[in-house]
Amino acid sequence: MKHTIIAFLAGSLFAIGLTSSGMTRPEIVQGFLDFFGNWDPRMLFTIAGAVLVYALIFRISKTFTKPIFSDQFMVPTSRIIDRKLIIGSSLFGFGWGLSGYCPAPAIVSGGGGVLPVFVFLLAMLLGMWVFSITDRMFKNSQ
Amino acid sequence: MLETYLWPFLGGCMIGAAAGLLLLFNGRIFGIAGVVGGLVSPVKGDVAWRTAAIAGLVLTGFAAGLFQFDVFTAKAPPPVTLLVVSGLLVGYGSRLGNGCTSGHGVCGVARLSPRSITATIAFTIAGVIAVLILHGLGLMEGA
Repeated sequence: MKHTIIAFLAGSLFAIGLTSSGMTRPEIVQGFLDFFGNWDPRMLFTIAGAVLVYALIFRISKTFTKPIFSDQFMVPTSRIIDRKLIIGSSLFGFGWGLSGYCPAPAIVSGGGGVLPVFVFLLAMLLGMWVFSITDRMFKNSQ
Repeated sequence: MLETYLWPFLGGCMIGAAAGLLLLFNGRIFGIAGVVGGLVSPVKGDVAWRTAAIAGLVLTGFAAGLFQFDVFTAKAPPPVTLLVVSGLLVGYGSRLGNGCTSGHGVCGVARLSPRSITATIAFTIAGVIAVLILHGLGLMEGA
């Protein structure tokens, strides 16, 4: 129950951050990616703020033996840079640039009643579902 | 001038704080693609917190819409085909690459994870290319 409350608060604060920083406006995201055109640096400030605060909290978490409400930190430890990582991230980034939406801002915009974003969200869930099916087939064939 | 960059920065700080909250209390990485992906192929005992995190996103968006805060796009929607292709690639790619802008771009980069730094460089370059192509197709006016 405590986990659920924290996750809800984290999700809400995350969404407040996204909306106040302008990340729920795809034109700002695409403006940031429009590096060779009319570049909009605003998103750089958002990334800087998020990375700075999270880096600080991450440093603090290192002094903890375990999270406050859990038995252990579930932080990825893999350092392997493989084709899956690069191809997956590139496909993700290409899709992100096409609409200016990535998962979190799209979900928040959906909640806010931005209707066209539901098309994006349904396609995104379909993409994730296709991945889970193909990934399982691939693992079974190994 | 200050206003233009202050809110993007403060909003970013809130994003970092929210992800930090989930790390300090629950020991979890706040990666939205992973949070949603974990619901597409659910594991027992792991569903409640994921649902709650998404509920927080949805309800905050709902509140912003209800009070008519001017935070959502003012632009005409892109063609449906573009939204479909974009969504499919975002969904499939973020799962194949194990993360999106939040998991890799914020949490991973802040942890100086070499995987996340690589992923962030890859998705940013791909995003820049996508926008270049949109320019070529005449789909970037007014952005």
